[in-house]
Amino acid sequence: MVGAIFGSTVGKKAIMATTGVILLLYLIAHMLGNLRIFFGEESINRYAVWLREIAEPLLGYGGLVWVIRVVLTLSVVLHIVTATQLARRARQARPVRYATRPKVQGSYAARTMRWGGVIIALFVTYHVLDLTVGWLNPDFEHGEVYDNIVVDFQHWYVALAYTAAVVVVGVHIRHGVASALRSLGVTTARGERVVNVAAIVFATALVVGFLSVPFSVFFGLVG
Amino acid sequence: MNLTLRVWRQPSASAEGRLVTYEVTDVSPDMSFLEMLDVLNERLILAGEEPIAFDHDCREGICGACGMVINGVPHGPQKATTTCQLHMRHFSDGDTITIEPWRSQAFPVIKDLVVDRSAFDRIIAAGGYISAPTGSAPEAHSIPVPKANADAAFEAAACIGCGACVAACPNGSAMLFTAAKVTHLGLLPQGQPERYTRVVDMVAAHDAEGFGGCTNTGECAAACPKGIPLETISRLNRDYLQATLRRH
Repeated sequence: MVGAIFGSTVGKKAIMATTGVILLLYLIAHMLGNLRIFFGEESINRYAVWLREIAEPLLGYGGLVWVIRVVLTLSVVLHIVTATQLARRARQARPVRYATRPKVQGSYAARTMRWGGVIIALFVTYHVLDLTVGWLNPDFEHGEVYDNIVVDFQHWYVALAYTAAVVVVGVHIRHGVASALRSLGVTTARGERVVNVAAIVFATALVVGFLSVPFSVFFGLVG
Repeated sequence: MNLTLRVWRQPSASAEGRLVTYEVTDVSPDMSFLEMLDVLNERLILAGEEPIAFDHDCREGICGACGMVINGVPHGPQKATTTCQLHMRHFSDGDTITIEPWRSQAFPVIKDLVVDRSAFDRIIAAGGYISAPTGSAPEAHSIPVPKANADAAFEAAACIGCGACVAACPNGSAMLFTAAKVTHLGLLPQGQPERYTRVVDMVAAHDAEGFGGCTNTGECAAACPKGIPLETISRLNRDYLQATLRRH
């Protein structure tokens, strides 16, 4: 069974879809968590502590956060490894390129999945070093979630980079959601249109949710 | 109509190919694309040159023999139309038209615009069949087929195996072709005994031929002269995952 999944193009796409769904569920939770900032400093700082208190008797303080980090890291690695294998395979499948090949059907999102993915990977690395570890954030103080975010997004270049990255994530998700549902065989003929509309609505909602934070900080609504 | 053609010329599989420019004059808008090439070929033969090799057979859009990439689009600009059924009225006087063969590692060029599509035959051989006892044909009404299934199976069975899906796919994947066969047989009662081994075997054959993986861009369905829907691939994925996860 493992061979049939890891060894075939259809199986690799199923892995990409499954890990993509895991990452997407995390993004929803992350986005909703971010919105705590609109309820004040106390609220979001308390939320960060609460995250570490979940399942504390079983996993210890912050245990669940580490479980999530491990699952996310595994998902990211599997997602990138299978994507790279499929991209290399695609390149080998067409050694001679067309002299003329206009853009016909595939959406902008579909055409930019691979480079978009690379940009997202670079951004996530920066984002973790900036707001989780704090190495790239000179004013970082552990546990001071509210202050860290406000200080960070008061720099126009940080807000700009974050905005650009979130838009890339949104575009990635727009094709990703529709593609994942097809890769997992969920999409039916009747569901095609629903899936496409849902993917656009979902990606837009996520982008708006994520961008509401830096924009509010930058324009002084928060902080 | 007067046209400028840029045609891929390649004397043999191992030879280097290149785009060669030809001027074609007095083209009737009522000609099919292949008839226009026939006219050019007759002139080339009279001039003592090698005619352009291209595949064709029924010229009715039902055999799957013809196919070339016209201005970057398999079978040209007309939707759900094979090259033989494409008429010159869809072009304008003075147009420059670039004509290339299907580009795929699994479809090596034999000569000019002719490619070897026997990779498709090997995918079919891996599972594109049903087991049926020989003898006199059974009474057609003895096996009921739901109308919706019959319609969807027929839609997939319209695949003529021309290879336009591969030519259009940015990944060089033949998943629409494979999915059309899996869907057409897997939806009918006669195809049930091999339903799950078929999908696994055909995908394995597909991958072994060096075709790319599907990324659901939909280029294949847009290029398909028979309008096979993208959803067909979703059905293949569903059957494949069920076959591997549940060990059918």
